[in-house]
Amino acid sequence: MMGCKYTADSILAYLDGRASAAERRELEAHLHHCADCRARVEEFRRLWSVLDELPAIEPSPAFDARLRERIAAAPQPSPWSWLAPAPRVLAAFAAMLLVAVWLSWQSPAPAPETRSLEPGRSELEFTMIRDLQVLEDYDVLANFEALEALPVATEPDERRM
Amino acid sequence: MLDVKAGDEASFELLLQRYRTPLVNFLHRMVRDAALAEDLAQEVFLRVYCARRRYEPGAKFTTWLFRIATNLALNAIRDGRHRKAELSLDEPAEDSERALELPDGHPTAEQQLLEQHRQAVIRRAIFRLPEKQRAAVLLHKYQEMDYDQIAKILGCSESALKSLLFRAYEALRVELAPLVGLAAEAEQGRAPAAAGEGRKA
Repeated sequence: MMGCKYTADSILAYLDGRASAAERRELEAHLHHCADCRARVEEFRRLWSVLDELPAIEPSPAFDARLRERIAAAPQPSPWSWLAPAPRVLAAFAAMLLVAVWLSWQSPAPAPETRSLEPGRSELEFTMIRDLQVLEDYDVLANFEALEALPVATEPDERRM
Repeated sequence: MLDVKAGDEASFELLLQRYRTPLVNFLHRMVRDAALAEDLAQEVFLRVYCARRRYEPGAKFTTWLFRIATNLALNAIRDGRHRKAELSLDEPAEDSERALELPDGHPTAEQQLLEQHRQAVIRRAIFRLPEKQRAAVLLHKYQEMDYDQIAKILGCSESALKSLLFRAYEALRVELAPLVGLAAEAEQGRAPAAAGEGRKA
């Protein structure tokens, strides 16, 4: 048995008749040359035969009468009990409620401005924002009166001439 | 069971007739106390009756029935309601195990005593198994249930169940070695019986 690929499962299934025909043939072929497994199977088979010696008992003659008494004494279901939802319906409702709550938590919060922007436009706006400082400088320089008093720069070639 | 759910009393009677003896035997071997086993079996039927309108045909009825029975038996064992039987483990626990007071020298009585002694030894060996192993063996060997049914009743996987069963049978093989050895001697000279005949209702 040690080192055999045949496990307890295979031996149990073989003995209780649940192994398939192919599995039975395979294990029987193995039993021909594995003394350990053969001994184990034989011991289990004898054990099961010993366990069969245990006789079944019969319930006492008063069994049914006593049961009827207990049923009669048991609290009867309320006439409104049919209104109570079946466990599966209740479980399904609870599951739906949980999913709804979960979905409401998972959905993103609405944006303050719902207007959607095209990708190109948003990129343009990003560039404008990035270059905002430069544009501001341009406005200052373009309208700065003090700069008008400065000599106008000339091209080097003109000065040579 | 669906007829019982619809309020058919005759169908409940049929269920009772069909499952009364297997249930009492299962519970008797679980708790080793005939009176407690009957009490628990009645409790099972009472619960089935009370829950009949809520029954939904999902699992097999026997799986549902024996699951209730197993849980009740395990609770009774844990509550100590079987304590009397457990404390007297080395003594016959009930009427059926008591030595018969028959006239001395009567060959039939001697044979009967021997047989009863063997049965008491077997019953005790089963009772000495851990509760879950005991339930697994009883459902497998005596109720002839499928592995998937037993696994559902005991709330374990099929592979865990097979391992549980193998450990239980190994323990029984050791515990009952003298009887198994006698069986081997008795079998000597006989042709080996076909495999697959080991279980009994």
